[in-house]
Amino acid sequence: MEAVILSPGMLLPTQMLSLVLTLLGLGIFGYLLRRRLAPLSLASPDLRPGTWGQRLAGLLKYWLAQYKQPRYPLAGLLHILLFLGFLVLSLRTLTLILIGFWDGFTLPGLSGQAGHFYALIKDYTATLVLVVVVVAGVRRGLFKPARYAVPPQYGHDHTGEALLVLGFIATLMISESLFEASLQAALNQAGQAGEPPAPGSLAWLMTLALAGTARDTLQGLHLGGYFLHDLAFFGFLCLLPLGKHFHVLTSLPNVLFMKLKKGTVKPVRWGVGEDKLDDLESFGVKKFEDFTWKHMLDFYSCADCGRCSDNCPANAVGRPLSPRFLTIKARDYAFAHYPLSGANLEPEPLVGGIYSEDEIWSCTTCGACEEECPLMIEYIDKIVDLRRGLVDEGEVPASLQAPFKALDKRGNPFGKKEKARADWSQDPDFAAQVEVKLLAEGEHAPALYFVDSITSYDPRMQDIARATARLLQACGIDFGILGKAERDSGHEVRRFGEEMLFQALKEQNTEAIAESGATRIITADPHAFNALKKDYALSQPVEHISQTLQQALAEGRLSFKPLAQPGLVYTLHDPCYLGRHNGLYAPARQVLDAIPGLKRVEMARSQDRSFCCGGGGLMLFYEPVEEARMGQKRVEMAAAAGADVIVTACPFCLVNIEDAIKTSGLEGKMRVMDLTELASAQLG
Amino acid sequence: MEILVCIKQVPDTAENDIELAKGGRDIDREDMVYSINEWDNYAVEEAIQLRDKVGGSITVVTIGDEEADDVLRRQLAMGADRGLHVCDQALAGSDGLGLATILAAVARQGKYDLILTGAQADDCAGQVGGMLAALLDVPFAALVNQVEVKGQGVLRIGREVAGGDQEISEIDLPCVLSIQTGINQPRYVGIRGIRKVASVEIPQLDAPALGLDPASVGDKAARLKRLDYFVPQGGPGAQMLTGKPDQLAAQLVEILKAKGGLR
Repeated sequence: MEAVILSPGMLLPTQMLSLVLTLLGLGIFGYLLRRRLAPLSLASPDLRPGTWGQRLAGLLKYWLAQYKQPRYPLAGLLHILLFLGFLVLSLRTLTLILIGFWDGFTLPGLSGQAGHFYALIKDYTATLVLVVVVVAGVRRGLFKPARYAVPPQYGHDHTGEALLVLGFIATLMISESLFEASLQAALNQAGQAGEPPAPGSLAWLMTLALAGTARDTLQGLHLGGYFLHDLAFFGFLCLLPLGKHFHVLTSLPNVLFMKLKKGTVKPVRWGVGEDKLDDLESFGVKKFEDFTWKHMLDFYSCADCGRCSDNCPANAVGRPLSPRFLTIKARDYAFAHYPLSGANLEPEPLVGGIYSEDEIWSCTTCGACEEECPLMIEYIDKIVDLRRGLVDEGEVPASLQAPFKALDKRGNPFGKKEKARADWSQDPDFAAQVEVKLLAEGEHAPALYFVDSITSYDPRMQDIARATARLLQACGIDFGILGKAERDSGHEVRRFGEEMLFQALKEQNTEAIAESGATRIITADPHAFNALKKDYALSQPVEHISQTLQQALAEGRLSFKPLAQPGLVYTLHDPCYLGRHNGLYAPARQVLDAIPGLKRVEMARSQDRSFCCGGGGLMLFYEPVEEARMGQKRVEMAAAAGADVIVTACPFCLVNIEDAIKTSGLEGKMRVMDLTELASAQLG
Repeated sequence: MEILVCIKQVPDTAENDIELAKGGRDIDREDMVYSINEWDNYAVEEAIQLRDKVGGSITVVTIGDEEADDVLRRQLAMGADRGLHVCDQALAGSDGLGLATILAAVARQGKYDLILTGAQADDCAGQVGGMLAALLDVPFAALVNQVEVKGQGVLRIGREVAGGDQEISEIDLPCVLSIQTGINQPRYVGIRGIRKVASVEIPQLDAPALGLDPASVGDKAARLKRLDYFVPQGGPGAQMLTGKPDQLAAQLVEILKAKGGLR
């Protein structure tokens, strides 16, 4: 039977044109991809530890199932629909390209019944994608959600690029439907069946509209639709490596190679052991090529969705840091220094160039950005690497040099004497009730309470140490401390880029812990908890006091008396290194809920969206450029939730929030206490 | 430009609770940590910045016992080119003039265009720089907070004078400058940097090597002797607060309110 109208794969000229377009499109795309990947071959190594099983599971969860997307409901829904559309229509697109010079091609498995079913699905999908594109365009072009705005210091607005891409997608949907509909209209006119478009779909509507159109015009529309689709497809494909839509391609490897161990910090250089660090010529990231290939892939994968910066506390208080632009600026640097044609430019220092020192020191490593990123882009490791570079060059603000020096000489950032480290346990009233053994001085206990610097020395935080000791005793745990043999855990030392100082502290603590003979380590400081658990290679299990209490409650070894002052409303502030970095949201809440008469509310930003108090460890010494204090914002959030008492489970949160309550003028109306203080006050 | 920077190892005031020793002639040095004199650190940073601008090399010299090697190494890690360690028991107890005499002998063994000292050290005497210049018969400027190279053999220097005004002078090389803090932002010296210079050879010099007359240095030659060391007694009008930090703060606020310092 003779064809009603001719398809592009039936005629030599159109076959040739299809083939040329395809080869040209793929050629240009290949060339662009090669240029873009050039810096990755010069990058630092990145070993990405983990098993393929874990990686595949991550890919299914975060890439295929778009797990993070619904955290922003509307944008998430739109993206999920577009993403599914891309997946479904990728088969159709492949088929379309091939039938241009290979008439009648069908993908294996998509002939017969499956093919009919797929045709139905893809018609609806294309229609849905077009609707989504229109909604997204209106949202982006008219409503302009605030998080897409580009502050003046970060360059030009990105709306144009977003709309251009939406235009390409719309063109793809319309041209595909037109190609389909023009053929079907002609078949209908000739009384042949064909593959009728799905009722109600875009192709179906077009078929209706074209019912009375002349055969020649339909022939023109059929071929025109085909080549418009071809051009739009290859145009889109070649546009991808030029901007933020590169993520359409890079998201898959980027999620596949995502970081699997939260809360850890990458080694100075992958493949170089801690004992070989002295041999390294340079530390950290100073120029773009010092980044690892995965971190470069991160830069390429950023979709510019703005969720990181929308959740970044540093950005919220006007510090000169926006994770989004940390990435965008690096990508712009890569695009400029590795151009699509011509020679690559000489490397330039990053800090002092695209980044400022204040920008790099502004991060509290709270992890809100990484928690939010749908593409699993890493920020903390990059910040730490950039700080390592600054430390290696001696570019450390005076406010941080003093605590570094004190940590080196005295093992704590305050410059206090080592022998005063256990002084908190000598308070006469306390010492009469609780016995704190000194494990480094010949006493023995199976459990080690690792106190860390601020809780050991700060007069206010020593209350946490005493409360923790009381609770441990109440739980029936035989425990002791390292006393003057304990050094700062070095958690922030490492995250502020002074790796060798961290290594020295770690070594001293590891030795003291081994000598103590303890088989279990408990701490009330989430930073120490994270350091001992993730940065040290200890054989003993490490637990946070909230876990210890939760377990004691469950086993009936601990119970609380009712609150003396009922009627107050409590809220839990999740410390970053307990929550986001270690996933411990439940234990502290269960402890609170075990106190009879305690009324607890949640802040709008809680659990994995908790808002950093201002940062721990060395961040207390750093003097950031900022418009407001993070702690103050957090106190406002607690007030908005109707809380009278903020409970936290970290000494640094306590410092910052206590200060913020004072500076907010809420003293007397609101108070903050550590979980251990509250729990020990409720002991029977 | 060949630069000599004279540095001293001192008790670190940030990391020690300074208390008087029993004899009353010194502070209690048990469990003490030492570091480079703060002013000297600024002097070395200034020397590094000058060298990086106009070329040359930097020698750091210290007079002290074996332990003083630490501060030399730290400054080598910071960027100084070589260290000299004057270490001789016969030199112990030198007064300011004695120290200046030793440093002058060190300076004469080299060919230095510029000699920097800190404006003062832990004993707040601030005298060695000036005496060193006099012994070497070169010009001297004290409390310098700005240095620029102004053509061949001339520096343009700034000093803060009374009332916070800035005074600008020219000084011929060779010369001695005593450096004030705040002249720059000294770079950070990490453990890694110090480890890198751990095996650098630092020559040790004693009195004979420097051609010093034993009668001109050491405690025997000292014509300025410390007699006593004490914490001043509270005088009339002075009120010492006691208690925990929060109690101290509360008392202070009350006093400030009562005296009209706070409203």
